Amino acid sequence: MPFTHVLRSVVSEGAQKVREINRRYAKPRIAMSPAVRIALLVLRIYLLVLVGLLVYKFYTVVVS
Amino acid sequence: MTLAGPGLVVMIADNDAGGITTYAATGAKYGYNLIWFLLVLIPVAYYVQEMTVRLGAITKRGHAEAIFDAFGSFWGWFSLIDLFIVDWLTLVTEFIGMTSAMRIFGVPPWLTILAVVLLMGFIVLNGRYWTWEKIALGFCLLNLIYIPAALLVHPPLKQVLAEGLVPNFPGGFNGEMFFFLMANIGTTIAPWMLFFQQSSVVDKGMKEKDIPWGRFDTLLGSIITVVVAVFIVLLTGTILKGVNIDDAAQASALVMEKDKYAGAMMAIGLFDAGLLGAICISLASSWAFGEIFGWAHSLNTKIKEAPWFYFCYLFILITAGLVVLIPGAPLVLITLFVQVVAVTLLPAALVFLILLLNDKHTMGEHSNTLTQNLIGGAIIAVIIVLSTCYGISALFPNLFT
Repeated sequence: MPFTHVLRSVVSEGAQKVREINRRYAKPRIAMSPAVRIALLVLRIYLLVLVGLLVYKFYTVVVS
Repeated sequence: MTLAGPGLVVMIADNDAGGITTYAATGAKYGYNLIWFLLVLIPVAYYVQEMTVRLGAITKRGHAEAIFDAFGSFWGWFSLIDLFIVDWLTLVTEFIGMTSAMRIFGVPPWLTILAVVLLMGFIVLNGRYWTWEKIALGFCLLNLIYIPAALLVHPPLKQVLAEGLVPNFPGGFNGEMFFFLMANIGTTIAPWMLFFQQSSVVDKGMKEKDIPWGRFDTLLGSIITVVVAVFIVLLTGTILKGVNIDDAAQASALVMEKDKYAGAMMAIGLFDAGLLGAICISLASSWAFGEIFGWAHSLNTKIKEAPWFYFCYLFILITAGLVVLIPGAPLVLITLFVQVVAVTLLPAALVFLILLLNDKHTMGEHSNTLTQNLIGGAIIAVIIVLSTCYGISALFPNLFT
């Protein structure tokens, strides 16, 4: 079997597996209490700030 | 000691190549004065890792699968992909440590990497969790080499006790001191440790009744890891006081100039630390991918039964090793980048951990009590703040100086 065929098959199976995982875990199981909601919101903000700092650093390195 | 294992291995592996550099630099910079701070890290490490024991023993799920299940696929993919990146980058730093240590004995990097890959392949491909764990515990024992190495240079006991056990900040609490404190706490809890210990507890088959043993194992591990760290500080604090240390291999070479046996032991310890780190880190990723993709992912399975699990393990290992061999590879940049990427995952993994431990529906009587939440929450808050500062200081080096 040619290599490209094998590669295509692996990628296709992988994509199917990812869709299956997304379906399986589509709904969070943990009860979304206010504490959980706040924690997840703070985490999102934290990550956005961190990504912002990384982008800023990248920009300053490129510009200089 | 039948149930001792995951906690001991993960805690001692926490003294990886990066950790050895941090402790060696701390001792050389501040002598014995920060030993008290290292002792404070015993409960810090214990409280965090103990939660993974309970979670793994009750849910029979690794940390990655627990996150997917409880918080959905967005946070699940975020954690899994971030874990893979952090683990791979950290693995590169372990190879840097191992090759630098063996270069001291005249072993070329390619030979070190080839030997490590073959050895680690042999360790996991024997198809038994127990055999893997016994071999890993053997390498943990070798990590204690820093104790005789420090004793060889005769640290003055009275001075050690007087300076080391009383909380103090030599030179005042300045930016440089803050950086060292951040570095020490940053090496105490790494994201891979949470994923590794929980998956390891599951693979070992620990049950609810084994939780007390898991706690003992974790406590013992956290004590030993700090004891080893203290002896590294004693070693460099005794004969390298005032020297600026950039990496542990440099420290080993400098120690060797003054005491060849102590220096050789330090280099052997550095190699062992890198190897232990590599063993655990590559497994943490392979376990996590196996849990999510539904592959067979136990060390009790043969390669034919779990081909993707072993492929993942060897792929991460070999690619990380090859990077170190690329001429002109940005290894310093990778070392700094690890700290930055780690702080994108560590807070999330820790917050998920404490939320999962409060899920009474799953954890039942083993969910966190109010006291555990207060202590664990405070520790996690401090770790998040300090490790974030540490990560940001890698991006902006002059921020805290």
